[in-house]
Amino acid sequence: MRRPLAGRVTALLAAGLLLPALAACGSDDDKSGSEGGDTGLVIYSGRNEKLVKPILDKLEKAVGAEVQVRYGDSAELAAQILEEGDGTKAGLFLSQDAGALGALSKEGMLAKLPQSSLDEVDSAYRGGAGDWVGLSGRVRVIAYNPDKVTEDDVPDSVHDVVKPEWKDKVGFAPTNASFQAFVTGMRVLEGDEATRKWLEDLKANGAKTYAHNLATLDAVEAGEVSLGLVNHYYWYERVAEKGEDKVGAKLHFLPGKDPGALINVAGVGILKDSGQTQTAQKAVDYLLSKEAQTYFADKTKEYPLAAGVTSTVEGLPPFDSLQSPDIDLGKLESLQETLAMLQDVGLV
Amino acid sequence: MTTTSSAARPAGAPAPAGRRRLRTARGAPAGSGRRPPLVLLVPACIAALFALLPLGYLAVRALERGPGYAWDVVADERTLQLLGRSLGLTAVVVAACLVLGISLAWLTVRTDLPGARAWSVLATLPLAVPSYVAAFAWLAAVPQAAGFGGAALALTLVSFPYVHLPVAAALRGIDPAQEEAARSLGHGPLRTFLRVTLPQLRPAAAGGALLVALYVLSDFGAVSLMRYDTFTRAIHTSYRASFDRTPAAALSVVLVVMTVTLVAAEARTRGRAGHARAGTGTARPAVQLPLGRRQPIALLWCGAVVAVALAFPLGTLGYWLAAGTSATWDLAGLADTAWATLGVAAAGAALTTALALPVGVIAARHRGRRAQLLEQAAYAGHALPGITVALSLVFFAVRYAYPLYQQLPLLVCAYAVLFLPVAVAATRAAVLQAPPVLEDVARSLGRSPLRVLREVTVPLAAPGVAAGAALTFVVCMKELPATLLLRPTGMDTLATRLWTETGAGSFAAAAPYAATLILLAAVPSYLLGRHRT
Repeated sequence: MRRPLAGRVTALLAAGLLLPALAACGSDDDKSGSEGGDTGLVIYSGRNEKLVKPILDKLEKAVGAEVQVRYGDSAELAAQILEEGDGTKAGLFLSQDAGALGALSKEGMLAKLPQSSLDEVDSAYRGGAGDWVGLSGRVRVIAYNPDKVTEDDVPDSVHDVVKPEWKDKVGFAPTNASFQAFVTGMRVLEGDEATRKWLEDLKANGAKTYAHNLATLDAVEAGEVSLGLVNHYYWYERVAEKGEDKVGAKLHFLPGKDPGALINVAGVGILKDSGQTQTAQKAVDYLLSKEAQTYFADKTKEYPLAAGVTSTVEGLPPFDSLQSPDIDLGKLESLQETLAMLQDVGLV
Repeated sequence: MTTTSSAARPAGAPAPAGRRRLRTARGAPAGSGRRPPLVLLVPACIAALFALLPLGYLAVRALERGPGYAWDVVADERTLQLLGRSLGLTAVVVAACLVLGISLAWLTVRTDLPGARAWSVLATLPLAVPSYVAAFAWLAAVPQAAGFGGAALALTLVSFPYVHLPVAAALRGIDPAQEEAARSLGHGPLRTFLRVTLPQLRPAAAGGALLVALYVLSDFGAVSLMRYDTFTRAIHTSYRASFDRTPAAALSVVLVVMTVTLVAAEARTRGRAGHARAGTGTARPAVQLPLGRRQPIALLWCGAVVAVALAFPLGTLGYWLAAGTSATWDLAGLADTAWATLGVAAAGAALTTALALPVGVIAARHRGRRAQLLEQAAYAGHALPGITVALSLVFFAVRYAYPLYQQLPLLVCAYAVLFLPVAVAATRAAVLQAPPVLEDVARSLGRSPLRVLREVTVPLAAPGVAAGAALTFVVCMKELPATLLLRPTGMDTLATRLWTETGAGSFAAAAPYAATLILLAAVPSYLLGRHRT
């Protein structure tokens, strides 16, 4: 009496568990190539698919191996790699910011890059331990609405946006990684106390918070705020999409090594334990090549950092004309303290 | 539905009277005393162990740097503050969902509301709207909505069907005799509802409210877009900002404690109210209350809820589709993604339902510490943010099941851990609706527990179990953070594509995926709305 139902229940459960497992066997086959020799490459990309898929498709041809890309958020992918440990599937980590690469470097998960690769990029834009390298740079700027404020009146320092004349007129994205990197930079440059004071003043001055840089830029365009603390390339992308006359905001690049003019990078590191280091190295070489660097310049409107490529984007100030603060990007990894501070002040 | 211990009694038999009877019944309804048969117990334990995996992971991670460090995180002043914010949001959303869910259920089931069936279906459709889409729609239209109000609004509007569905089912199922008696004794409709009907709805409403509460506690999308800091959001930002998994794990443990408290509280409510009923055979459809002059007000209320919960987000999506410059219809890609989404959600629903079945039957039919622990274990993962559950599965899979890592089975398992309670709640409710007397009769005729289960319990509960599977299917389709981390490399679901497109800042490009997701999720939601227990 017992057996038939027990059998059926077991069968049902087994079917539920087995079906997906069988599906997995199928997909295991096409993966075996990447596990066997050092032929395939798995890239964990913290950069958005829309932005980098075209160049990664070309990269696949350049390295002559099958490339699989896993898109996600830089920080979440870094956390995933840390959780995977030496079992990680990633051969290459393409990060949107230096902080996530710094975290992997700190845990000793990245392989040292050959000096030839490192030398492609100014030492300011690569990891201190020589295990990651910047690919493209983005600079913090102030976007302003010319109907509300003339360029001459736009502050030359982020320290000025907390002044009474800008009360309720400034927009920023406190949860955005690049804003947080900028606050970390300010902490490194000016100390925790000064940074905390600035954040408190910013809040007290009625600065408006937005979900991300684009929303901040929208608010500037709509005149909801007069000034916005953003990254430069959003504006150039929008100009490329709509035409400059249709974009109701302008950019102001800050002079005088102001912390508000921080340059952060998107970069890349090779995972030590993936067994894909050779292919990954070819991929790094490709990403530092003229073709890839030109792509970052033209398509994502960032500053190319290697291969002697200069940006062709119209109206973009030359990279060496930027008056950014001198800072070790590896130190931007101390985001945790920044976050605690932002939480204390009540901004995130 | 009569109270507690009359459950096993044929209708018409004198109801057991007196407090003493009720008290004994409280801990021991039908099936009590009997230990759950092994055929249920073994798979239920497997399901529970499965659901407890994240807890094991959290313990490892939280204690990684010693209990002192974890305690410092938990004992921080900010933790208390976040706790308050999370609980406050949960309380408001649950209260609002109870009002919306119960009022719509009552209007559509018990009154002569014109188009009652259609309204009932419309009231379940918001289930198909992901919280992050709802939040985005509201923010786009009313930027000032950001904060507590916006988060509460968006979460209420997507989760009130969790209350509406079980309450509507209970209203259809309960015996109208008591209400008729109350009415004949001169009680007005309102008083009858408050004194007689509402208490009988309590288990169904409490079950729904529990799901809403756990949903709110674990939600990341809406609170993140609305910039309202809750526990889940803090856990998320902690991972993102510091790559330090210890504080995130310690905070997650607090969420688990909150879950267990909530589940225990709900179990108490259930215990007091009881839920057995006299059996489907005796229930007559209740006489529909004429609304009379109040009809326009009732229609206005239903219309308003449907407008803000459904028409508004759909309208916003339509606007993006029509106006957005970045909207491109990559039909082949969309079809592929939709197909993959359906497949993985179906597998998730199947596994979740299979695991939930034994737990649900035990929860409905057996009382005692063991049954309670099993059920609570099943809920353990539900309040955790998706990223925590996902990282725990990364942890276990990389160590103990490497071939499965980043393969579909693991993603399907993640869905089971995340959504087991949804299926357990549906199964339990369905089994409770099946009169235990039939099981007793079958047993008295010498049938083994297995045959009773197969020939009596499961067939009677099947429609409710199927409804639970449909609900699980919908929530699997919408899931985002765990899918992002655990999907096979190169695979996309509608939710992850939607995320990718909005990540690039082009909501218009995301709109086709959001629209497809809502349309597909609307099918099982629609069926749920039409489902009559």
